[in-house]
Amino acid sequence: MKYVLMFVETEEFAKELEAMGALEREDAYAAVGRWFAENATKITHHTHLAPVHTATTMRLRRGEEPVVTDGPFVEGKEVVTGFAEVEVADLDEALKMARSWPACPIVEIRPAS
Amino acid sequence: MTGADPERVSQEALARVVRDHAGRLAASLVSLLGDFSAAEDLVQDAVETALRRWPVEGVPDRPDAWLFTVARRRGLDVLRRETNYRAKLAQLTWVEPAQKDDRLQLIFTCCHPALSLEARIALTLRVVCGLSTAQIAAAFLVPETTVAQRLTRAKRKITEAGIPYRIPDGDDLSERLDGVLAVIYLLFNEGYLSSGGARAQARDLVDDAEWLASLLAGLMPDEPEVAGLLALIRLHRARGAARFDDREQLVLLADQDRGRWDHAAIGAAIALLMRAARAHRRPGPYQLQAAIAACHAEAESFESTDWPQIVVLYDMLLHLAPSPITRLHRAIALRYAVSPEAALDELKDLDRALENYPLLHATRADLLRALRRNHEARECDERALALTANPAQQALLEKRLSW
Repeated sequence: MKYVLMFVETEEFAKELEAMGALEREDAYAAVGRWFAENATKITHHTHLAPVHTATTMRLRRGEEPVVTDGPFVEGKEVVTGFAEVEVADLDEALKMARSWPACPIVEIRPAS
Repeated sequence: MTGADPERVSQEALARVVRDHAGRLAASLVSLLGDFSAAEDLVQDAVETALRRWPVEGVPDRPDAWLFTVARRRGLDVLRRETNYRAKLAQLTWVEPAQKDDRLQLIFTCCHPALSLEARIALTLRVVCGLSTAQIAAAFLVPETTVAQRLTRAKRKITEAGIPYRIPDGDDLSERLDGVLAVIYLLFNEGYLSSGGARAQARDLVDDAEWLASLLAGLMPDEPEVAGLLALIRLHRARGAARFDDREQLVLLADQDRGRWDHAAIGAAIALLMRAARAHRRPGPYQLQAAIAACHAEAESFESTDWPQIVVLYDMLLHLAPSPITRLHRAIALRYAVSPEAALDELKDLDRALENYPLLHATRADLLRALRRNHEARECDERALALTANPAQQALLEKRLSW
């Protein structure tokens, strides 16, 4: 089955990342790189999003002009930072991949087609 | 407790027969069709037909073959459009159930953590134990439509999210097993003292919980926590007859007539617990809780209970599974092992976590009364009464307040 793993960052995590020294941050990025390498056979596609302050949202309204706002579609302490599309047997396998994800603290898993 | 009611007895016998066969049939149909939801629908249909016809026609000699035949016929009927399933069903004839029991897979699917806890409980009762939607609704005192929706949503999630039908492998097994045990334990608790019920004791759920634990113990003989949970349930049930008086009023442990306990069952449950503990030497929360229940069950009187040992067991339990409710129970043991003052002192830290938990206030009332601080005790009893929905607990607290 095909699933999308959505990587979700929290405010605390963003702060931790910011507070890191250069070496530490390099380590953190390297861990993410290793995760992608280890799971390369299952990952069919992945996207890393630019920081949330760059987001623009358009709300389409029937019969009216769309409204364009600065920021993500939900204002909150948790923001989606990237996606990985994976091809695995079932939810348990997707959960196993998510379990070893070394970065941001929330991963949403959804079947995709 | 209540007088023999032929209607009820036959319902219970019926429930037992269904429970012994529905899960097996579900397991084999899921394997055959590869579709959890479709298989479950067929089994449920067959079960409902059985519940309708068996009281009139009598239970057939081979209930398993009977259920299978009804499910198969129904499958050929409703799956007309799904030629793939039809072809599989058409080829199928009844064979003796295989030696291998596939119900373990069924249990792990029903108790998958990706399902809501309520859904896990409803699904386990329905698929593994063969309860009908109406029976589940009655047991939890919720409308049938609510249960039906819960089940439909859960089955859709299983299919669409790709929740597997298999036993989790190596690393995941112990964590997932904890989840399964939690479902059985919750079911047991709900049945043992249903918190929102008009009936203080929903006996059927306790029976189902014991049956599930015993099924699991048979399927996973090398997991001491499964044996621990089974022993825990059996130890509680062995004291069941003394828990309520003739007027369905709850009797506290201290006041129970220990002659009415089932001492043979207590002995057997303790033996089960000891065997598991010795063979595996992997203590866990259920084994420890069972060991605490065993201390109570073995004591000849409330006074001669080995309270210091119980405090030690609670310390071990808190080490493995910290919880404010466990700390509350430890405090109660501490009262008898040390003093009411010591116990009262322990309760101080629990106010924030258990503010709305009636037993905290009832316990504090008891301790204050032991220290002759009756006015404060009364206030705590009133708090507890305002917080509990269980009629038996309410009656007990009301009795205290009217003194």
